[in-house]
Amino acid sequence: MTGRVSLPVICLGILGFGILYVPMTVMILFSFNAGKLVSVWSGFSTKWYASLLTNEQVLNAFGLSLFIAFWAATIATFFGMMIAIAFVRFGNFRGRLALSSLSSAPLVMPEVVTGLSLLLLFIGMESVLGWPAGRGVDTIIIAHATFGMCFAAVVIQARLRDFDRDIEDAAFDLGGRQPFVFFSVTLPVILPAVIAAWLLAFTLSFDDLVIASFVSGPGSSTLPVVVFSKVRLGVTPEINALASIMVGIVAASVIGGAFMMRRRLLKSDHD
Amino acid sequence: MPPYAPLWGFDDTGFFTNFTLDNYQLLATYWQDYIGPAGNSIKLAFFSTLVCLIFAYPMAWWIARSNAAWRAVLLVLVMLPFWTSSLLRIYALIGLLNPNGFINAMLIWLGIIDTPMRMMQTDFSIYMGMVLTYLPLMILPLYAVMVRLDDDVIEAATDLGASSVGVWWTVILPLTLPGVIAGSLLVFIPAVGEFVIPALLGGPDQLMMGKVLWTEFFRNRDWPVAAAIAMLLLAILTVPIIYARYQDGRDDRDADTPTGAS
Repeated sequence: MTGRVSLPVICLGILGFGILYVPMTVMILFSFNAGKLVSVWSGFSTKWYASLLTNEQVLNAFGLSLFIAFWAATIATFFGMMIAIAFVRFGNFRGRLALSSLSSAPLVMPEVVTGLSLLLLFIGMESVLGWPAGRGVDTIIIAHATFGMCFAAVVIQARLRDFDRDIEDAAFDLGGRQPFVFFSVTLPVILPAVIAAWLLAFTLSFDDLVIASFVSGPGSSTLPVVVFSKVRLGVTPEINALASIMVGIVAASVIGGAFMMRRRLLKSDHD
Repeated sequence: MPPYAPLWGFDDTGFFTNFTLDNYQLLATYWQDYIGPAGNSIKLAFFSTLVCLIFAYPMAWWIARSNAAWRAVLLVLVMLPFWTSSLLRIYALIGLLNPNGFINAMLIWLGIIDTPMRMMQTDFSIYMGMVLTYLPLMILPLYAVMVRLDDDVIEAATDLGASSVGVWWTVILPLTLPGVIAGSLLVFIPAVGEFVIPALLGGPDQLMMGKVLWTEFFRNRDWPVAAAIAMLLLAILTVPIIYARYQDGRDDRDADTPTGAS
């Protein structure tokens, strides 16, 4: 539905977008400030970006966060896809309610509660099973995969519901068998949702401060943990530069993704 | 060694338990330190949800009523903050609100004020942080409902003589209410347990449960009390979480019907 929108609506709308964008814009602007202050402009400079590239603590944390987010997202997408398939395809199986409650609980649980309970679980497991020994990168990956999985399940489930099962039946009629049908028919169709789920799980893991703080050990500080400890000490142009780079990466991916989706839509219109 | 003892087990003397309600009693005894922040969390989260709604409703309406090209642009503008780390967005806000931050510097430069306004560590900074963090979560469900709204219904109401306020109150609001409820739950539930916002933007007067739990856990290293606070937080959120589940389940069944029938 399209139509006229009244002036007060547009004014409130612009104000809303202003709240979302003014802080980020000012931050990016002052990441190019030559001075050390973040509110007084004293000339253009890229020296904070240069000093960021030599900051070993930040670079290590960045690499660690990428590593954790990659594996957490991959595990989360795998299990999320299985949950989604179970919900959409297996009808009213025994334990459906239990699984749906379990897989949606982390979506609404406060982060501090998730973090604390996972930590207590890891310590309990360590004393009973001897694994995971201590806390570090592996416990962060398990924790992130756990809640990422639930988000992935929601995203993939939505796509799987729209799936036209006739093409799967056609594949079976033509003599296809599982798992061949799944990999050659089902997976290609739901692939956009699988990729979206992976990206969402990756972002959730990469940005997570609270849960990582609870389940990390010494020497496994992710980027948000490092940024948080620096922010507590005050606003500096170096963090402005770091934050600007991250905003830039997200902006490029979101806009790129939107363009790709648009082209796909236009293409399917022409066909 | 972490401050952790098993709840039950076996040792030289046989079976033992460490079961105690002391930690909950502690919460009750020092209620102003624990229950106070709980009330504060509910208050701040409630008004944050309200402020988000005030901005998100017209924004979602604007997006839903735009033509395809504008709609794509506006949706990207909503998705961009959604995918950006909230920690970094809160950080950007600090740079704006600090006593020597951008807003104060601008106002002093323009000659509107002489001394910096205090904006950090107030309820105002908390609300700004909440809106900045949760606005996209409120806009998206509202948009999803509004974009499916049938134009004919609005036209019919207008043709029958309803004023624009009348149309909104009797037709549009009831039809968009599911989006309002979904968005409010998506904002309210995480806002009650929020840690980063009260930790970075709030002062001693803006204590929230997430921060109290964090302090108890990391600074005082009293894990049992932190766990008791987590249980209190969950108890508060039980009703909204179950309600959200119920709403979700209803959507689930609605969505399942057509595929189940075919």
